[in-house]
Amino acid sequence: MQEIDRTSIHPWWLRMVHWLNAAAVIILILSGWQIYNATGFMGFKFPPQVTLGRWLGGGIMWHFAAMWLLWATAFFYLVMATFTGRWKRQFWPVSPGGILRDLKDTFTGKLSHADLRVYNYVQKAVYLFVMLDIVVLICSGLVLWKPVQFPTLRTVLGDYEGARLIHFIAMVVMCGFIVVHVVMALLVPKTIKAMLWGR
Amino acid sequence: MNGQLPPEVERDKDAILKEADGLLKDPGKRRLLGNLLTLGGLSLATGILIRDEQSIKKILERISRFNDDAQAALFDPNDMAPEYPRSEIANPFPFNAFYPLAKVPQVDAESFRLQLSGKIADKRAWDLPALYALPQVSQVTRHICVEGWSAIGEWGGVVFSDFLKRVGADVTCKYVGFKCADGYHTSIDMPTALHAQTILAFTFRGQTLPTWYGFPMKLRMPTKLGYKNPKHITEIFVTNDHPGGFWEDQGYNWFGGS
Repeated sequence: MQEIDRTSIHPWWLRMVHWLNAAAVIILILSGWQIYNATGFMGFKFPPQVTLGRWLGGGIMWHFAAMWLLWATAFFYLVMATFTGRWKRQFWPVSPGGILRDLKDTFTGKLSHADLRVYNYVQKAVYLFVMLDIVVLICSGLVLWKPVQFPTLRTVLGDYEGARLIHFIAMVVMCGFIVVHVVMALLVPKTIKAMLWGR
Repeated sequence: MNGQLPPEVERDKDAILKEADGLLKDPGKRRLLGNLLTLGGLSLATGILIRDEQSIKKILERISRFNDDAQAALFDPNDMAPEYPRSEIANPFPFNAFYPLAKVPQVDAESFRLQLSGKIADKRAWDLPALYALPQVSQVTRHICVEGWSAIGEWGGVVFSDFLKRVGADVTCKYVGFKCADGYHTSIDMPTALHAQTILAFTFRGQTLPTWYGFPMKLRMPTKLGYKNPKHITEIFVTNDHPGGFWEDQGYNWFGGS
């Protein structure tokens, strides 16, 4: 009878916050496309089939509901990562040289994912980058939602229309991350199971 | 308990229990079962979410009401919407309504009377010259539309809080409602009604408000989205009963603050 390895690759709170955050981000992107489609300020529109909410009003309802989930997961992650020492353990050190070396290994197929607990330099950089992207999304989103109540943020982000453009670009960055992240998770064995059940 | 079991289950009870027990003792099988249960639960939950659209709608509406409260809590009467130089006024300023330009209501200036109702002490109707004779202010502010565009315009009129006090409105009430000549209706919270930048506007760019921008008057609030700024107002009422609104009743957020 085989023994079950009881140690988790990812702690329970990280797995929980990962999937809640993923749900929030996907709802926000799809409902955001619905809202965007009302005017399409970049000169194109998303296919209605991939949007959420059926119409502008529905898209707004989804967007401003999932917004709270995104805030909650972001806040919870920041607190837990600080409290458990995860920042230092998982993301330190991160150096430009290390990132370049691991990037080279990535494209020559030599990058190791042997221990899923250990982030390589590319992972460190990408995860930190996407966290920063979420911060940008939240800040620009706050300005779009309440420009009068957040005057400093509004000024920093280039007034209302500046915040709209930044929010859009940060969404595109997030979509790019999701594609790469999902492809990598499918390519590297056991990552999805590790993020679901810890092993 | 025993008496309720079908005879064939009763007969094989021990074997069934033994088999289930054995299944759970093998860690591999146990893990598989756990995974299947998790996946099953997830798909079931998703299925319920997708099929039961009415209950989703109810949850989303409840969150939208929560967002009304959150915005009311965030609202600070001392926070002013930014004002812009006149050179930044959009030209042409967009026309937007729930009907095309050809359907804009034509209000007769001579016979027009603004009606007041609800918790207002002096309910006498106002004609336009009397309104124009009140002290006037103007503002160059950004009109933000829920549809994803914004444009800067210049509106002139009376400070709405001054007008409410002049007619003896009960400003301890929760809501101010508006009925319009085009069948539109909406309502706002009292703190926003009393905000210094909330004006009952009669002019656009210094000229009498054109019909397509809301003649004879619109409520201009740079602290709220466009659909909260009613045009062609014919009646103003003060109340404690939530009046809702044309778009709000269809799903737009009621507070609609910016």
